Amino acid sequence: MKYSLGPLLYFWPKTDVEDFYQQAKETDTDIIYLGETVCSKRREMKPAHWFDIAKDLSSTGKQVVLSTMALLEAPSEVNIMKKYIDNGDFIIEANDVSAIQLAHEKKVPFVVGAAVNCYNAQTLDLFLKKGMTRWCMPVELSKEWLQNVVTECEKLGIRDKFETEVFSYGYLPLAYSARCFTARAEDKAKDDCETCCIKYPTGITVNSQEDQKVFTLNGIQTQSGYCYNLVNDLKSMQDLVDVVRLSPLSIDTLSKVNDFKLNEQSTTRHPLVGGHHCNGYWHSVAGLNIE
Amino acid sequence: MELLCPAGNLPALKTAIDNGADAVYIGFKDDTNARHFAGLNFTGRKLEKAVQYVQDHNRKLHVALNTFAHPDGFSRWTKAVDNAVAMGVDALIVADIAVLEYAATRYPDLELHLSVQASATNTAAIDFYKQNFNVKRVVLPRVLSIHQVKQLARNTDMDLEVFAFGSLCIMAEGRCYLSSYMTGESPNTVGACSPAKFVRWQETAQGLESRLNDVLIDRYAAGENAGYPTLCKGRFDVSIEGDNKRYHALEEPTSLNTLEILPELFAANIASVKIEGRQRSPAYVEQVTKTWRAAIDRYKANPEGYSVEPAWNACLGNVSEGKQTTLGAYHRKWQ
Repeated sequence: MKYSLGPLLYFWPKTDVEDFYQQAKETDTDIIYLGETVCSKRREMKPAHWFDIAKDLSSTGKQVVLSTMALLEAPSEVNIMKKYIDNGDFIIEANDVSAIQLAHEKKVPFVVGAAVNCYNAQTLDLFLKKGMTRWCMPVELSKEWLQNVVTECEKLGIRDKFETEVFSYGYLPLAYSARCFTARAEDKAKDDCETCCIKYPTGITVNSQEDQKVFTLNGIQTQSGYCYNLVNDLKSMQDLVDVVRLSPLSIDTLSKVNDFKLNEQSTTRHPLVGGHHCNGYWHSVAGLNIE
Repeated sequence: MELLCPAGNLPALKTAIDNGADAVYIGFKDDTNARHFAGLNFTGRKLEKAVQYVQDHNRKLHVALNTFAHPDGFSRWTKAVDNAVAMGVDALIVADIAVLEYAATRYPDLELHLSVQASATNTAAIDFYKQNFNVKRVVLPRVLSIHQVKQLARNTDMDLEVFAFGSLCIMAEGRCYLSSYMTGESPNTVGACSPAKFVRWQETAQGLESRLNDVLIDRYAAGENAGYPTLCKGRFDVSIEGDNKRYHALEEPTSLNTLEILPELFAANIASVKIEGRQRSPAYVEQVTKTWRAAIDRYKANPEGYSVEPAWNACLGNVSEGKQTTLGAYHRKWQ
């Protein structure tokens, strides 16, 4: 099983981003996704900065993938995405169908990210013809759903033509909106947001009126209130999942890679510490459940 | 500009036609559409009667097949396509790429509309669906400002359909998993958001509580207007720099109403305005269809003289969530 670091979903100062990836070089991850996927107003990192980090990371033998935005509403946003697709060195992660269209036109191989609606083998078959190399399934899907897709892919003769990846650690990206909920929490209009999300390095927790963590606000993205964690489900991924994805929350996330690796063959449950965790989606129940 | 109205049953469909809808959209009685609710939708004789009624009145019928095909049940979606074609419907509203491919390959002359659930918000995404499946119309997600709608309309020759009125989905449609996070069921997988079977109401000492799969969505004081616990419209607690706030963290119970920007939608050459609400009553369909018919006809008769009648807004306000309406994402300030 390979391990990946998903794209940083939060807005961090440039130096923090650089520190994080400097330390990520030393970890046992096989694949690193880089880039801003949530909001085009977050401009601490310019494309050139990401390319520099990408080159540095790839020199250590890791595969680097440039992740692209999930919600593209303006031509200017599509133009910036084109820069990533045209980078010349790295494959991309498509988080919107527009990226698939543009990558196909430029013959750039791509990973289909979790924000693309791909629920069945026939859709994967078409994406393969466009240049897909890997599929990170939508976060709401289960082991059973993935197994059914893989079974259908075998019938179509395409199972060995791409890798499967599962979002396995971190707050789940659950929704995208035109509205910025972080700005709303600060009583600011989106157009005058002052990119206030930089003050919340892991988003803003939303509690129910009886103190249950329900959501995490991350700009225009709404995430799960509980941290998704499949560290105790790795055995059920054998022969089904090629890449286990961890979503960066802080420098501490880098040590999670080892925790996961050590737990691959373990028969005892890895203790879930530090806040609420969930794994319901993998088990075909409500995402917030822990099984 | 086409006025496209919803129908969850035969009386609603007849009401829409009788009150001036140019086209009506419906779903089949299974999980192939995103309003898969008990007691709703069309099958058998009722479906035949619906097709007949629309044809007799020379209007159009669109069928929504706008959920994503399950890997172990793909034939349910392909049969729905076959069924719709056999009935002679005018257009299919499809979200899933696999279903689009099946429909485009098997029935090259079939008119395909890209469902809002496919979440196409830019020209590159639209090109994908046009080039691969010859899609004729794209239904835009409710995430674009009116400026962005106009910009998109200038840069594509695709027919565009926009939501004009109804319950406001505040997330990019088809890419919201909040419902399955809380209940295990989402619009994409089972065709329903915040499904009714998970809803529980309870009178408590602190007030009336609404819950979704046991998660407290809202608590109402005496005399407060209590709405359906759609999970993105609850009141939650957020702490900002030590300051605790209880508010509608995502959105208030409200409905979209775009009567005010109808001239701008005309200027953007929008092909169709869609009314949300296949789950609503024939009375709702009557009020909304009648009002929108009047507004469109008024604009066409005298574009410069168009203004929103207070009576129209009053009528729409009465059938709106929380009795209030908004321009939603069309208006930058909402964002």
